[in-house]
Amino acid sequence: MKQVILKVIKTQAIAATVSKTVFTGDVSGITAPGQFVNLRIGGLYLRRPISVCDLGEDMLTLVYKVVGKGTAALSEAKVGDAFDVLTGLGNGYDLSRAGDAPLLIGGGVGVPPLYYLAKKLTEQGIVPHVLLGFNRAEEVFFVKEFEALGAKVSLATVDGSAGKQGFVTDILPDSYSYFYACGPEPMLKAVFKAAKTDGELSFEERMGCGFGACMGCSCKTVTGYKRICKDGPVLRKGEILW
Amino acid sequence: MVNVDMKTKLCGILLDNPVIPASGTFGYGYEFAELYDINVLGTFSFKGTTLEERFGNPTPRIAECASGMLNAVGLQNPGVRKVISEELPKLQKVFHKKVMANVSGFSVEEYAEVCRILDAEEQVSWLEVNISCPNVHGGGLSFGTDPKVAAEVTRAVKKVTTKPVIIKLSPNVTDITEIAKAVEGEGADGVSLINTLVGMRLDLKTRKPVIKNVTGGLSGPAVFPVALNMVYKTAKAVKIPVIGMGGVASAEDVLEMILAGATAVEVGAANLVDPFACKKIVEELPNAMRKYGIHTLAEIRGKA
Repeated sequence: MKQVILKVIKTQAIAATVSKTVFTGDVSGITAPGQFVNLRIGGLYLRRPISVCDLGEDMLTLVYKVVGKGTAALSEAKVGDAFDVLTGLGNGYDLSRAGDAPLLIGGGVGVPPLYYLAKKLTEQGIVPHVLLGFNRAEEVFFVKEFEALGAKVSLATVDGSAGKQGFVTDILPDSYSYFYACGPEPMLKAVFKAAKTDGELSFEERMGCGFGACMGCSCKTVTGYKRICKDGPVLRKGEILW
Repeated sequence: MVNVDMKTKLCGILLDNPVIPASGTFGYGYEFAELYDINVLGTFSFKGTTLEERFGNPTPRIAECASGMLNAVGLQNPGVRKVISEELPKLQKVFHKKVMANVSGFSVEEYAEVCRILDAEEQVSWLEVNISCPNVHGGGLSFGTDPKVAAEVTRAVKKVTTKPVIIKLSPNVTDITEIAKAVEGEGADGVSLINTLVGMRLDLKTRKPVIKNVTGGLSGPAVFPVALNMVYKTAKAVKIPVIGMGGVASAEDVLEMILAGATAVEVGAANLVDPFACKKIVEELPNAMRKYGIHTLAEIRGKA
């Protein structure tokens, strides 16, 4: 974990209620896809945890759903605005277990961390199959971005306004080597039940500190109590008590 | 540059400075030791420890508030035996000072048993007995709101330990000085205050409480004036040392607490929003003392 000041270089709305903010600064604390950062936002007491969507040299991209005061303020940040950010939080996904044909399953605002994961996998010559699920066409984002990495993308929407009508579990392929999932808990649960292989799922919880001190985001697992912020947010399928 | 002395004596044990991370915001120390040398602290109060392992309350346990936060963690901890066998050895590698053990229980006997077990631990120099946790049912707070019960816990704990016993008091009472006097009467070596104030938030989207436990404890700068007033009143009411806490976030806040009568100061929620908060306060304290012409903490203690 590092505490750094990051400056906004770009902010844009990319879908209904979804915004993207690009920062510049020292991002060397981030070591794995699936990790998150915790931002101090003016006027709010607690930091806001947001997963890493993309990482470059001195550059961090966050994509998030505008749901409350914190994310609204972030989406309205101007170029040059500075944020106090804790970087490199959480364990992240383990790329070494991907195999030759990993499946990436993202639902709604759970899609962003899979982008950096897909990028790292393709850098290693592993081409993932990406399943994206959204409520409706207006909320869809990143299909082209995943395709630009060379990934095969399958899309589902709940109302059928884009891609196949249904949930990500309705478009699961027959064969894959391993899976990585991120999305709302009902989706994770459905993926957990339907998955044919081992895999990793990334969880969300209201956090106090984001770095393991307060026990605000604990959950029970097969291997004992875990803090989503420090021991997660990514849990191995076999650890989850579902 | 004028020399200033930050040292303070807490129940007969000298601290290099009065800054103490509060229980529940600092784990067992070693997460923070990865970030900075925690030996710069006066000491710290480790995560509230009970006889048996506890998961605590269901999540969500945390909610945002204006200038503060609610928590309803509910005393998650591995139990006192695991604290001794696993957490303290890890702590010993990174912290070379004596630590304050924070103890909770669900019966008078449990408080006494945990204190008896911790009494044998050389790393522990003070027992901070939490009779004020607002987030557990049938325990914690119920011991801290009745002077008779608070006195009973103190009496039981004092019997099983020779270490200084500091009773952590709740602000959720009509008169905190009554409880402070009751525990002083049973031989408490100090009191620490305030624990969190009971509060709640509602989510307008779900029309339900944000926190699954419904209520949580309010902490952060929002409670500082309330805490300061209670420290001020309590320090006048008892002769034993008072540890001031509640919303402390700066060196100036520390000095206000000492001026109100505190012997040492605990820092809680600030650690969660800025992991370097206590280090910064320790570094800033000499400058703040010079700024206000303070040479020793003793010269301003209780002088407000």
